[in-house]
Amino acid sequence: AIVWDEYLTGPFGLIAQYSLLKEHEVEKMFTLKPGRLPPADVKNIIFFVRPKLELMDIITDNVLREDRGRSPQRDFHILFVPRRSLLCEQWLKEQGVLGSFIHREQYSLDLIPFDGDLLSMESESAFKECYLESDQTSLYHAAKGLMTLQALYGTIPQIFGKGDCARHVANMMIRMKREFPGSQNSIFPVFDTLLLLDRNVDLLTPLATQLTYEGLIDEIYGIQNTYVKLPPEKFAPKKQGEGGKDLPTEPKKLQLNSAEELYAEIRDKNFNAVGSVLSKKAKIISAAFEERHHAKTVGEIKQFVSQLPHMQAARSSLANHTSIAELIKDITTSEDFFDNLTVEQEFMSGIDTDKVNNYIEDCIAQKHPLIKILRLVCLQSVCNSGLKQKVLDHYKREILQTYGYEHILTLNNLEKAGLLKPQTGGRNNYPTIRKTLRLWMDDVNEQNPNDISYVYSGYAPLSVRLAQLLARPGWRSIEEVLKMLPGPHFEERQQLPTGLQKKRQHGENRVTLVFFLGGVTYAEIAALRFLSQMEDGGTEYIIATTKLINGTTWIKSLMEKLEPAPF
Amino acid sequence: MSRVRADEEEYWHSSKFRAFTFDDEDDELSQLKESKRAVNSLRDIVDDDDDDLERVSWSGEPVGSISWSIKETASGSTSSLDGRDSSLQKGSSSYAALPKQASSYSLSSLFKGRNKLSSFQSLSDALTDTGVKNYAPELRRPKAEYKDYSSDWSPKDTVRRMQRGKVCSLERFRSLQDKLVLLDEAVAGHDGNVITAVLIFLKRTLRREILFRELEVRQVALCHLIHFLRETGEQKFLLDLLRFLDRTEEVALSQYREHLNIQDVEKRREFLKGCIGLPFSAEDTSHIQDHYTLLERQIIIEANDRHLEMAGQSELFRKYPRKASILNMPLVTTLFYSCFYHYTEAEGMFSSPTNLKKTFKIPDKQYVLTALAARAKLRAWGDVDALLTTKNWLGYTKKKAPIGFHRVVEILQRNNAPVQVLQEYVRLVEDVDTRLNLATKYKCHDVVIETYRDLKDRIQLTAYKSKVERGSAEEEKINNILSNMVRNAYS
Repeated sequence: AIVWDEYLTGPFGLIAQYSLLKEHEVEKMFTLKPGRLPPADVKNIIFFVRPKLELMDIITDNVLREDRGRSPQRDFHILFVPRRSLLCEQWLKEQGVLGSFIHREQYSLDLIPFDGDLLSMESESAFKECYLESDQTSLYHAAKGLMTLQALYGTIPQIFGKGDCARHVANMMIRMKREFPGSQNSIFPVFDTLLLLDRNVDLLTPLATQLTYEGLIDEIYGIQNTYVKLPPEKFAPKKQGEGGKDLPTEPKKLQLNSAEELYAEIRDKNFNAVGSVLSKKAKIISAAFEERHHAKTVGEIKQFVSQLPHMQAARSSLANHTSIAELIKDITTSEDFFDNLTVEQEFMSGIDTDKVNNYIEDCIAQKHPLIKILRLVCLQSVCNSGLKQKVLDHYKREILQTYGYEHILTLNNLEKAGLLKPQTGGRNNYPTIRKTLRLWMDDVNEQNPNDISYVYSGYAPLSVRLAQLLARPGWRSIEEVLKMLPGPHFEERQQLPTGLQKKRQHGENRVTLVFFLGGVTYAEIAALRFLSQMEDGGTEYIIATTKLINGTTWIKSLMEKLEPAPF
Repeated sequence: MSRVRADEEEYWHSSKFRAFTFDDEDDELSQLKESKRAVNSLRDIVDDDDDDLERVSWSGEPVGSISWSIKETASGSTSSLDGRDSSLQKGSSSYAALPKQASSYSLSSLFKGRNKLSSFQSLSDALTDTGVKNYAPELRRPKAEYKDYSSDWSPKDTVRRMQRGKVCSLERFRSLQDKLVLLDEAVAGHDGNVITAVLIFLKRTLRREILFRELEVRQVALCHLIHFLRETGEQKFLLDLLRFLDRTEEVALSQYREHLNIQDVEKRREFLKGCIGLPFSAEDTSHIQDHYTLLERQIIIEANDRHLEMAGQSELFRKYPRKASILNMPLVTTLFYSCFYHYTEAEGMFSSPTNLKKTFKIPDKQYVLTALAARAKLRAWGDVDALLTTKNWLGYTKKKAPIGFHRVVEILQRNNAPVQVLQEYVRLVEDVDTRLNLATKYKCHDVVIETYRDLKDRIQLTAYKSKVERGSAEEEKINNILSNMVRNAYS
């Protein structure tokens, strides 16, 4: 039997279905929780866990409560994902249970494929570890993941990077390569360029509300390991005849990826452009079903019937997305969503970033969720290169008085991460950065976009702009701005054996792997896909990251864990 | 609100900003409805088999997913599982058979043609095989060298072995010099797991002062040790370390954090009292002081009120029993509580709102907002009136709202204030458009009528007649005004 750390079931579900595990003689599976393990007539029990101390405590509890007298006696094994941890083993040893485990191994799962062009390590605390705790372990895993990727898809000849973490990862890759010369492989390289980007080079983008279809689904309902849980009301049972049945009360769970034709088409569109696509699709499907009336001959009928499964799939997919779009629209048309977005857009375009904002004050007074407040205040701080001391103190006081003094710890974390800080030197670099990188576009076209700024209805994500400018005309043109952003920027080359050097055909696209260290949002992914698609773009992008994030999950990962409130 | 509505309208039209709204010309809502209709109408065409499309259990989990089967195996017996087996297989295969079209712009060549299962296999193959083959070759030594196999590894080799998850004995690194080289190697490898392991070893085998001194010049290792101490809860060691490093603010915060682990309020209060003297930044010190004072107050208030409630003598507590204790609640919540249960108390009482306001220097705006919400909830309209009334030195009274009257109206409306109360404040909303908006929304007819009268807007006034009851006083009022307007126009 396998005992799962619940967090791991999501990512593992993406690479191995239960049927596969069953084929490999996994009899039963349980989730890890304290207490006695459920009875199961099995010889071997394997724990699949992340190396976390709190999980070790649960395992200890499991093992200690195991009935020694039972026969046959069960054997325990432990499998750490992604890495074996000496610290955890030490911990188990101190609890006196280390000896109970016959095998202690690791399953080095570094990068998990999420889609045809997207890989993630799903390491939720990577940003916090790197920037708050200066713990670079996740960077080590990132480097290892990149080595694996190179072993499969060839050495990447060019490495660019911006930021301290990027520099570290590049150094580690070079070092690993030097230490194991065997890594020189004879695979023709798939990637031309690797771009390593620190999340803290662009703290702004994740704070803003994503306005693509997929981004909004994530902002509102949260996508986890490509699955989303939605309120069931809009997904009522299909048939009228079963009137006796109650409405479903459990959330509706859907998988979202590009395997679904319709979703692939709309996921990266600005939400304002989704409705027209859906209605067009509805007309096409209606017409297709209408054709059955015109099918006269047996051949025609046969052809119609053969298309039926595909049409039905398309219909159910359309029904789902129409419902989701309705759910989202209810929110995007609400007054509060509008007000919130107005303030965000003011900040990003540089308006009134240096004084206390009335809307934020109002939200605090009405006790809106703390994370929402923190997102806005941090956004203002980032768009002003830090807040004036007086403004910062005012916000801090209001937050502490309304939400509790213990949040002083969270505010401190945000300050350390550079998200919320006093302005130093009295200089605000953001306007220069905004203008040089054209981060704010006035004439944004949401329906037929001509620039990446459509993903935030005006704001072009800084991170993606850096990728775009790297491809053309090159970073040399923006040296000044790069210097204003934190961390070094650099270029490295990895020598390829002569036989493997690419001779580019005219018009052939270059392939760039963009690795976001510290997380990436769906809107940024959409923007990169948009660049890949541009006819004269010349570059295709594959995206890798430590974690798929949005502003809320990101801020949450930086918040101090507080005891649950008494009610 | 920073901008009043009228400005806002103009703002959106004139400025370069784009509001996030749906295009009017292509009304999305109607499109959505349309497509929904279309989809629904299709349902009767298609037969029952459509369930084959998404073989998901009711929870929405695709059948065969890991978390689904955990539930299954945890609840069901083996036999029921066998019964399901065939559907499981079928389920997962039909799931995979969904039309799969890699997006045109994805690098489909990368993962091309690999469905979930095979990509798993190939990936895991890659991880195990190529990993070992290509850049992690097993160390194999000639037999001749085998005799000192376990003890001759250099610090570098040791670190490398540990990085690959092999257990190594570190005991043979005896001299300080050796230990430091080992640590530096570990840091250079960037693998936190190994760094921590080495640190645990050093922590056990070195004197504190020496360890601290050496870590001071090794920032990365230092961060790892701090993180480790925090994780394992070795608070005392951690504080010693931070003190040694003179990172006083961190010492303070780290100590303050401890209060979260203290459940007993008396002990927590004592602990917080001890925190006040810690070297926080100036700004934070005042917050910590406030935190302590607040909890101190809450303990007093809680004891009194619990007693009052139990005695059952106070009508207020009988009618509105407390939902929870006030202990450990934020300041604003406490203020609300005190405005609710202790509004009329004299300033000298710890539980009185005015006392809280003074002690914690709560800004006017915050105070009015909170008090308003509390009194409105009790439907104490007289208090609301008094709260918003100020007297000047001549004894004239005037209505003032630091939060703006539109907010007052919002709060009152949320507490179901009667129209008579509501309209008094709607009338005071300064911006005409906002006032009209609110008045129309909450049916404060008098305010609407008077506003149109002042605007001399005959057309709107005439139109509004249809909104009031026929034969009502309001209708008469409109008629009067309209005829007056005509007379004035001709005179």
